[in-house]
Amino acid sequence: MKEYEVIIGLEVHAELSTNTKIYCNCSTSFGADPNTHCCPICTGMPGTLPVLNEKVVEYAVKAGLATNCEISRFSKQDRKNYFYPDLPKAFQTSQYDLPLCLGGHIDINVDGNKKSIGITRIHIEEDAGKLIHDAYTGDTLVDMNRCAVPLIEIVSEPDIRSADEAIAYMQTLKSILEYLEVCDCKMQEGSLRCDVNLSVRPVGQKEFGTRTETKNLNSFKAIHNSIEFEIKRQIEVLENGGKIYQETRRFDDAKGVGYAMRTKEDAQDYRYFPEPDLAPIILSDEYINDIKNSLPEMPHIKKERYIKEFGLPEYDAEILTASKKTAYFFEKANAICNNPKAVSNWIMGDFARMLNEKEIEIDESEVTEENLACLITLIDKGTISSKIAKQVFEDMFETGENAKEIVEKKGLVQMSDEGAIKEIVQRIVDANPQSVADYKAGKDRAIGFMVGQIMKETKGKANPQIVNKLLLEIINK
Amino acid sequence: MDLYSLTLTEVAKKIKNKEVTIKEVLDSVYSRIKEVEPKVDAYLTLTQELAYDRAEKLQQRLDNGEDIGILGGVPVAIKDNICTNGVKTTCASKMLDNFTPIYSATVVKKLEEAGAIIVGKTNMDEFAMGSSTETAFAKDTKNPWDLTRVPGGSSGGSAAAVSADMAFASLGSDTGGSIRQPASYCSVVGLKPTYGLVSRFGLIAFASSLDQIGPFAKTVEDAALMLNVLAGHDKMDTTSANLEKVDYTEALVNDIKGKVVGIPTDFITDGINKDVRAAYDEAIETLKNAGAQIKEITLEYAKYSLATYYIIATAEASSNLGRYDGIKYGYRTKDFNDLDELYTKSRTEGFGPEVKRRIMLGTYVLSSGYYDAYYKRAQQVRTLIVENFKKAFEECDVIMIPTAPNTAFKFGAHDASPLEMYLEDIYTVPVNMAGLPGISVPGGFDTNGMPIGIQFIAKAFDEKNLLQVAYAFEQNTTYHNERPTIEEGK
Repeated sequence: MKEYEVIIGLEVHAELSTNTKIYCNCSTSFGADPNTHCCPICTGMPGTLPVLNEKVVEYAVKAGLATNCEISRFSKQDRKNYFYPDLPKAFQTSQYDLPLCLGGHIDINVDGNKKSIGITRIHIEEDAGKLIHDAYTGDTLVDMNRCAVPLIEIVSEPDIRSADEAIAYMQTLKSILEYLEVCDCKMQEGSLRCDVNLSVRPVGQKEFGTRTETKNLNSFKAIHNSIEFEIKRQIEVLENGGKIYQETRRFDDAKGVGYAMRTKEDAQDYRYFPEPDLAPIILSDEYINDIKNSLPEMPHIKKERYIKEFGLPEYDAEILTASKKTAYFFEKANAICNNPKAVSNWIMGDFARMLNEKEIEIDESEVTEENLACLITLIDKGTISSKIAKQVFEDMFETGENAKEIVEKKGLVQMSDEGAIKEIVQRIVDANPQSVADYKAGKDRAIGFMVGQIMKETKGKANPQIVNKLLLEIINK
Repeated sequence: MDLYSLTLTEVAKKIKNKEVTIKEVLDSVYSRIKEVEPKVDAYLTLTQELAYDRAEKLQQRLDNGEDIGILGGVPVAIKDNICTNGVKTTCASKMLDNFTPIYSATVVKKLEEAGAIIVGKTNMDEFAMGSSTETAFAKDTKNPWDLTRVPGGSSGGSAAAVSADMAFASLGSDTGGSIRQPASYCSVVGLKPTYGLVSRFGLIAFASSLDQIGPFAKTVEDAALMLNVLAGHDKMDTTSANLEKVDYTEALVNDIKGKVVGIPTDFITDGINKDVRAAYDEAIETLKNAGAQIKEITLEYAKYSLATYYIIATAEASSNLGRYDGIKYGYRTKDFNDLDELYTKSRTEGFGPEVKRRIMLGTYVLSSGYYDAYYKRAQQVRTLIVENFKKAFEECDVIMIPTAPNTAFKFGAHDASPLEMYLEDIYTVPVNMAGLPGISVPGGFDTNGMPIGIQFIAKAFDEKNLLQVAYAFEQNTTYHNERPTIEEGK
């Protein structure tokens, strides 16, 4: 078998988190009853006209600046004409030959290797509605709530070479959009989704192979799996002497299988032309500079600062800054307890695990920054042991109660009174002569057993350092 | 004298001065409608009940000493492609025969705020596509000057309604001449304002970059008054211009001494009817005698207007009319097996032949591989036409040309060759292509007694100059005083 090189370009659709739609004042919020967030304009009633939401331009320019694009001083909107029941005007207003942002790049990091991925363009457009199939009546119904929700489409250069790079690119892009607060990036709600353009070619071949486009992937897992699937499929076809057809494909993530939807031959002719109801978008240098100056600290800059300012390892800094919410949580908690490594450990460790299990985001958790800082302070002061702290944290996570209150209520304050501990240690030693003998015979494990017994006796509250010290003193006496 | 035969200005004054009640005026108009509408068929919907309700309320306010607006109590008609909240708006198409909007066009709101009363919605060519109102789905509107002839189009109903004294003024829309040409055919004043002067919100789009709403009226004075109400920026239409408010009635002075009137000799050539030509030559003399300076100018690109118009207008129409798909509102075929069939049959059955012809033309010129040769080229020519007019207006204040090369023709005259009818728009289309204001004023009659219109064109947003010259022309002629017989002609 020949060796193949994989060529991938991504088209990412990000729903902008403006309060209102792109051409009318309807709400963009997700999850409302069908057809309650729509009006004559976004449902394309006869005689209505669009009015461009200026926030959409601002958000798109932010995304363009943060991805090192040139911002067009003159751009226009175009109509993309096609028939579908979720598209009430029978055209999608998009941008064709003069998009808002052109020629940028973002840097990604895969297994410690940095790589720059080119951004061809970013343009604004409107989303379509949703079709709902009523299994009971067999009818197809249209929900127009999502009609004309603003989107940006971010088109990458074909610079991506593997599923891992694609995921790293998506993660970096997601983190940038979150930092900018232009998209909530909730992939499960479809507010961030992507199309994968993929081709393979034998290593050394200059021309690109024929590419396919897999549409509408809305989880990292689906992106990853669909790419792996498509690479394998294309190579197999070529190895068997077959031909790759330019086609649009879908990927069924549950089954892990991709399939062709339509080929280039029956591709639609969208008959793009300039939208006559909307004036061109003309931006001044001043407007662009004002936005540039208002951009927040971007993740890669923040990461460097964490390493320098807090002395965190690069690994920690990378993870903490990947999400704006996590970084915000970290900064706020650390400002209170001033123990960056401890805060980082908690966020990346037990906390992250529990958030994952519950499938929620850090800002949706019951645990507040103040509360985590309080817990860390209790450990730092020796009021509780690290072991107890884990138990306290689980309570905090479940109930949202304050760490201090939990500790007090449950009587979890660490025992550091040597006299009291010594008494218990002596009792355990006396009751386990066999273990003492084992230890003296060189079996270190016997110590562990006795420490366990002591902790059990003290309900885990005994200061472990003191326990260890006293136990050895007594046995070795 | 019957109230319905007054001008808008006259009747508004009588209402304001309480010489007549609004109900009396409305009674007069509806009795006139009862009398002549069966012959003319100008209206698709009459809104009698709403009109009388409104008349009563306005009268109460007037009696309480309130100002009820400059059109207070005046009955007007609205073309059926302009949305009226709660009143059917059909575009004279089977496709929208059951469509009632839940919003009013900005112009309708403005008319109502100014005190006007809507008496009904007028017939038109289907989706404003045509020059004779023959493409209307439900019925033909007849020319009040000869019921065997067309009223022109596409705003034929609005022109006929004013011409036959069934409304004091009306609204039309003009994409390639749809206000001015029927005004010419029916001997009324028809004004197409500068693109962007009047909001298009609520006007059911034919060709968005060309469509413009404007008034029909019995006199230039009435048209100026209507424009005062209609003009102005609308935040719902971002293509509407944000300019300072102008009082267009200030232009109504019968004095054009020193005004330079451009005559594009290279544009008015052989295709023109000899009676129209004679009326045009007479109009030149009239203006000369009134003190205007006549100047020959050239408009070498104007002759390409029609060809480019039928590319741009149909392209935009093919996209604008995509929404009539049988899914959300309007006509849906009774019988279909899948989505494609639902689309195909609904559109095949819902649209008439002229609309389908234009959708196909427009779809073709936008198709991949043809876009550059047609649409893009047409836009380039359009730019040349705009520049052409700009240059011409460096030499003159207004341009005068006939409104149409012919007078009203018999029903069915162009059935065999629909493209021939497109030529009726040869003098009106360049004005839309350049986005300029144009007005048609009664300018004579042909040997059959059919009206001839004279058209004036001005610089963008220079409606004042336009109205001033039109007013002077009107004041120095008597054609606007002639009334139609509402009978079949010879």
